[in-house]
Amino acid sequence: MKIIVCVKVVLDPEMPASSFKVDAATNKVIPPKGTPPVLNPFDENALEAALRIKESAGASVTVLSLGKNISKAVIRKSLAAGADRLVLLEDDAFEDLDACTTAGLLADAIREIGEYDVIICGREAADTSAGQVGLGIAEILGIPSVSLAGKVEFADNQLKVDRVLAYGTETIGVLLPALVTVGNEAGALRTPGIKAVMEAQKKPLTVWKAADLGFSQPQTRKIGVRKVFQPVHETKCDIVTADTPEEAAVGLARKLREAKVL
Amino acid sequence: MADYQGVLVHCETSEGKLASIAAELLAAGKSLAGELGQELSAVLIGSDIAGLSQEVISRGADRVYVVDQPLLKDYLTDSYLQAMVKVIGQAAPRIVLLGQTHLGRDLAPRLAFRLNTAAVMDCVALAIDPATRRLLMTKPVYGGNAQAIQVCESDPQVATVRSKVVSPLPMDSGRQGGVINVAVDIDPALVRTRVLARKAETSTGVKLEDAAVVVTGGRGIGGAEGFKQLAELAGTLNGAVGATRPACDNQWISDNAQVGLTGKIVSPNLYIAVAVSGSSQHLSGCSSSKVIVAINKDPEANIFKSAHYGIVADWKKALPAFTAKVKELVSG
Ligand SMILES: Cc1cc2nc3c(=O)[nH]c(=O)nc-3n(C[C@H](O)[C@H](O)[C@H](O)COP(=O)(O)OP(=O)(O)OC[C@H]3O[C@@H](n4cnc5c(N)ncnc54)[C@H](O)[C@@H]3O)c2cc1C
Repeated sequence: MKIIVCVKVVLDPEMPASSFKVDAATNKVIPPKGTPPVLNPFDENALEAALRIKESAGASVTVLSLGKNISKAVIRKSLAAGADRLVLLEDDAFEDLDACTTAGLLADAIREIGEYDVIICGREAADTSAGQVGLGIAEILGIPSVSLAGKVEFADNQLKVDRVLAYGTETIGVLLPALVTVGNEAGALRTPGIKAVMEAQKKPLTVWKAADLGFSQPQTRKIGVRKVFQPVHETKCDIVTADTPEEAAVGLARKLREAKVL
Repeated sequence: MADYQGVLVHCETSEGKLASIAAELLAAGKSLAGELGQELSAVLIGSDIAGLSQEVISRGADRVYVVDQPLLKDYLTDSYLQAMVKVIGQAAPRIVLLGQTHLGRDLAPRLAFRLNTAAVMDCVALAIDPATRRLLMTKPVYGGNAQAIQVCESDPQVATVRSKVVSPLPMDSGRQGGVINVAVDIDPALVRTRVLARKAETSTGVKLEDAAVVVTGGRGIGGAEGFKQLAELAGTLNGAVGATRPACDNQWISDNAQVGLTGKIVSPNLYIAVAVSGSSQHLSGCSSSKVIVAINKDPEANIFKSAHYGIVADWKKALPAFTAKVKELVSG
């Protein structure tokens, strides 16, 4: 079985909200100092789902990433965790692409890689929250997809995917080749040991430029960005204080009663 | 582009009823159609759902496309896609709206790519640009730390809309509208997925999204045992229990309890956040609550910037006393 996992390197989404700034002139985020890039958390879940299939059914796992100046230190984590191969689509032109262009380029690269049975993506990227690149790839490649997976298994010659619904789950059977997008319910990416991290540093990377994919100039964007802004919500918190936590709690309840909230 | 006219809203159903998001989308679509001076159409897809047409009209649609076939009983990407593509081919709308639900999240991107256009997901505001007459779609980015106003440069412009950002229009049962039955020749060979099993969660009490009171626990709760205490408080107030992502990831509570950007969107009258730090991803799902109350031992926790009332305390000490007092107050 051949699995391809699409992974994006993003600004750490867990940065403190107070350090987050947008440049109003360019509509771009000003990366806060000391906030390192990380693997998109849902893509880590996607990789973990792939590694679990590799363990149970046997598979090779190719990780595919697209961007400008992709942090090698960050992306190599996927090799350390157990991926077999890393293909980077890296070019100065690959900056600020919309979801349609991104999905198109990834689909081109997947065709170039050639054989695959399963493509796994995170349900959305932590920065753009576009939430459509994975499903877009499936549509371009003309293969079935299952989104928002909490568990992915290969059994009885098909992929069995548990989709997390609003109130429950459903198990979807899908014939291969197929694409699956996963959420955090699929489980956290395993932590590689020191030895695996060291070995991952030495593994070769495959790097493709725009020209290798016949991508010479950015296509016309389908999604335009008019403005990026930080919503302001000013609330003043009424902190109830007392000598003990128990008294503070009672004071809080009384206050809510006075304010007719209770 | 000139061929595309009007707004088309996908009306989701659940257990034979119109889902609440459908009425919200109809209200949103109605106002956009009004601004464009064009009509509002709706599409109902499913099995045994034709009876809902009048309700859809009463909620604002001028015309309803109904695709009612046994094969469409369960939502499957490929079959619903065939139905949507057929209806859109017939209706040629400028704007297509779907809910940011499990269905919409799945269907909208594939639909947009199939129509060679684009979708903007999870919109929290929609407007028509007076200059270009195109749809301005506002959505959270960077986990809710920021919002972006985006425009889809091709037609139809597809958007999914978050629940609870638009209020439904009152029912006007005298409203008249056209009903158009659409037969779709669904090719089973093109439906490549199957539902093998479905497990519904037996919900006790009120549903999270509908609850007037939500008591949410975060990572600081530390275990499933703590969530029982939160459930006791929620029960007292006839509310529901929510959770942050780490609490769900640790399986202290069901995944279905997650509140936030990638969880459920709630806007209760009262939201009690216990041992929750207040990340943008979490607040994105609860910030429209009327009153937010925070219990956190860290006075610097970000949740206090969004909360209206709070105490700085260890929840293990504060919560039992709070619950006891609340019980006394609401029963008295
Ligand atoms: C793409 C993406 C999507 C996400 N979507 C969501 C989402 O939908 N919902 C969501 O919740 N998260 C989401 N997250 C995760 C989010 O970024 C945060 O990691 C998460 O919300 C933090 O949860 P928390 O507040 O429970 O935990 P923490 O940030 O660890 O905070 C725990 C808090 O508990 C307090 N505490 C600890 N012990 C006690 C005690 N004894 N008494 C009182 N207080 C105590 C601490 O002071 C702290 O403030 C998402 C992340 C990403 C990257």
